[in-house]
Amino acid sequence: MIALLIRDLRLAIRAGGGFGLGLAFFLLVAVIVPLGVGPEPATLAKIAPGILWVGALLSCLLSLDRIFALDFEDGSLDLLATSPVPMEGAVAVKALAHWLVTGLPLVLAAPVLGVLLNLPVQGYLWLVISLALGTPALSIIGAFGAALTVGLKRGGLLMSLLVLPLYMPTLIFGAEVVKRGAAGMAVGTPLALLAAITAGALALLPFAAAAAIRVNLR
Amino acid sequence: MTLLSVQDLAVARAGVPVLQGVGFALEPGRALVLRGPNGIGKTTLLRTVAGLQPPLAGHVEAAPDSVTYAAHSDGVKSTLTVAENLTFWAQVFGTDAVATAMARMNLRDLADRRAANLSAGQKRRLGLARLLVSGRAVWVMDEPTASLDVDSVQLFGAVVRDLLAAGGAALIATHIDLGLEAEVLDLTPFKARKVSQGGVRSAFDEAFT
Repeated sequence: MIALLIRDLRLAIRAGGGFGLGLAFFLLVAVIVPLGVGPEPATLAKIAPGILWVGALLSCLLSLDRIFALDFEDGSLDLLATSPVPMEGAVAVKALAHWLVTGLPLVLAAPVLGVLLNLPVQGYLWLVISLALGTPALSIIGAFGAALTVGLKRGGLLMSLLVLPLYMPTLIFGAEVVKRGAAGMAVGTPLALLAAITAGALALLPFAAAAAIRVNLR
Repeated sequence: MTLLSVQDLAVARAGVPVLQGVGFALEPGRALVLRGPNGIGKTTLLRTVAGLQPPLAGHVEAAPDSVTYAAHSDGVKSTLTVAENLTFWAQVFGTDAVATAMARMNLRDLADRRAANLSAGQKRRLGLARLLVSGRAVWVMDEPTASLDVDSVQLFGAVVRDLLAAGGAALIATHIDLGLEAEVLDLTPFKARKVSQGGVRSAFDEAFT
């Protein structure tokens, strides 16, 4: 399974692997929004938590279909399914690789982009914490969506429609954490709910995704 | 001891039964070649034997962790080098036979070349070398010689002969003679019949009775 993780990371970093795609998209959103909304610091500070979380969510969505589609096309997924690696483990590892390539860079870049959006100083810590807790859920939920649509040609639209509603709780609680943190309020409740969603998704979805892949490989 | 035994197997492709009543057994050292016209269900049968899809009826019995499957597509990652591709599969299967496999399939000179720059035949040799690093005893192969030249076919024939000599077994769907002493099973008589003529009912049919 470590071999699978290393292979996926290596594939992502090599040419055409899509590393940096999500990060570049996130950066563009954060740069463009102030231009569109106007430069009033008060307005930007108000919308910054929401924009940063929406940007993170959409840039995660951007690279989801690669999780299984590439392996399906070149036949590796068939071979993985007949290998000693359990499919549940393969799903979890592939979601982890997706998070390391997409989610983790977002977490690290978010404070810098917070400056562009005039996020209040108290908010930075909570921005990083909420993204670090929430983006793993985005990756594993996305892996489930990708598993459901793995056999479909151009399944990206269907996958987005399936995955977006499942992303909403994470988005709502994630943005709420940052909003409250920036306003200097207590963040305990939304943070706990955000962590609960991530923990629940991590515990259940690898099994659901593996079952979906087995059906799609038939 | 039988490595792989198949009894009264019926398989379906996309819900439509294609073969029924297929049965055979593979002893150590034996190879079985599947023949039959296009669309008869060779690939579907092999995928069922490999465990990728459930049989419609009948049983597939194999020793645990003994079967490895080589499909039409090689599962080769084009941005990885030949050695990296093989090393990955060796780690997945927990073996360290990469160097031997590359030597056996004549890939040593290509070890550091990216798979994207391989020819179709070289890529296929890489896909077949994966069987060697799997370290498994039963090789289920779907047209393994597609896009191989005459020399490579002989090379691969020798590899399969060594597998058989070492007590392994091979199930091959191919129209090309690999130079093996293999039994041949023609699948034409096993073509699935219509339900009205005593054929197997698929789950779809049963839902409407």
